[in-house]
Amino acid sequence: MKSAVIVFPGSNCDRDLAVAIRDVTGEAPAMVWHRETELPEGVGLIGVPGGFSYGDYLRAGAMAARSPVMRAVADAAARGVAVLGVCNGFQVLTEAGLLPGALMRNAGLNFVCRDVTLTVGTSQSAFTSRYEVGEEIRIPVAHHDGNYTADAETLDRLEGEGRVAFRYGEQVNGSARDIAGILNDAGNVLGMMPHPERMMEPAHGRTDGRRLFEGLVAAIA
Amino acid sequence: MKARVYVTLKNGVLDPQGRAIHHALEGLGFSGVEDVRAGKLIELSLADGTSDADIEAMCRKLLANTVIENFRIERIAA
Repeated sequence: MKSAVIVFPGSNCDRDLAVAIRDVTGEAPAMVWHRETELPEGVGLIGVPGGFSYGDYLRAGAMAARSPVMRAVADAAARGVAVLGVCNGFQVLTEAGLLPGALMRNAGLNFVCRDVTLTVGTSQSAFTSRYEVGEEIRIPVAHHDGNYTADAETLDRLEGEGRVAFRYGEQVNGSARDIAGILNDAGNVLGMMPHPERMMEPAHGRTDGRRLFEGLVAAIA
Repeated sequence: MKARVYVTLKNGVLDPQGRAIHHALEGLGFSGVEDVRAGKLIELSLADGTSDADIEAMCRKLLANTVIENFRIERIAA
């Protein structure tokens, strides 16, 4: 399966995400610089990685969301291509309008960097098909701006339509309704603050993130 | 021609930075501060003839995230 990982100035999880995708798909993703205006032909998965794109200037993800490559990502998402945004990638996708809501400074003001418990909210997506609803998994977080915020109507809609993919099983950052990851209305775009690409191999301690990528490959390939 | 854009969090949106500043002021012995809200000031130097609509579009497209923020535009005579 062909895939791409977007690279912004200040991305720092692009390599981790590329390694995770390569391990599961057997094919190294194309690394696509933010100034590109097109994605490689036939890409089935686009990864928007973690990091501090543009030094978090203005707002986390704000500058990256307006970079040339994001127009191509938005076009691909509209055609149904799977898009996975992790951490800063989630912030970029909300700033780009591909996902609703916004990610604000953590309620405790601290940078939170540790493994956390997540509860799976739906198995009805390509990203979560290999998990059971209500299953608890452990995935690391590392962020300063992960406090998910949206108006009550949006939150109700996300919950009502089964678009909350993951919730925190513990207090992490003050996110509305403990939201850790959400899907777009078509289900082909997932944004999440925790880093599944950091829980892939036994050497990482656990492999809870691996099934996310395996589910994607099964759904797309 | 210049314009100042003030970006502030919407009412009801929790402002943890404002709260931390509030606590710090109290720690310094300043009593009587009832609330603190932190925001941003962005100063634009603009070509003559830039319309209000242009500046407002800049705010909506980039300078403010209208999910959580309000903005106010102030033109400054040169």
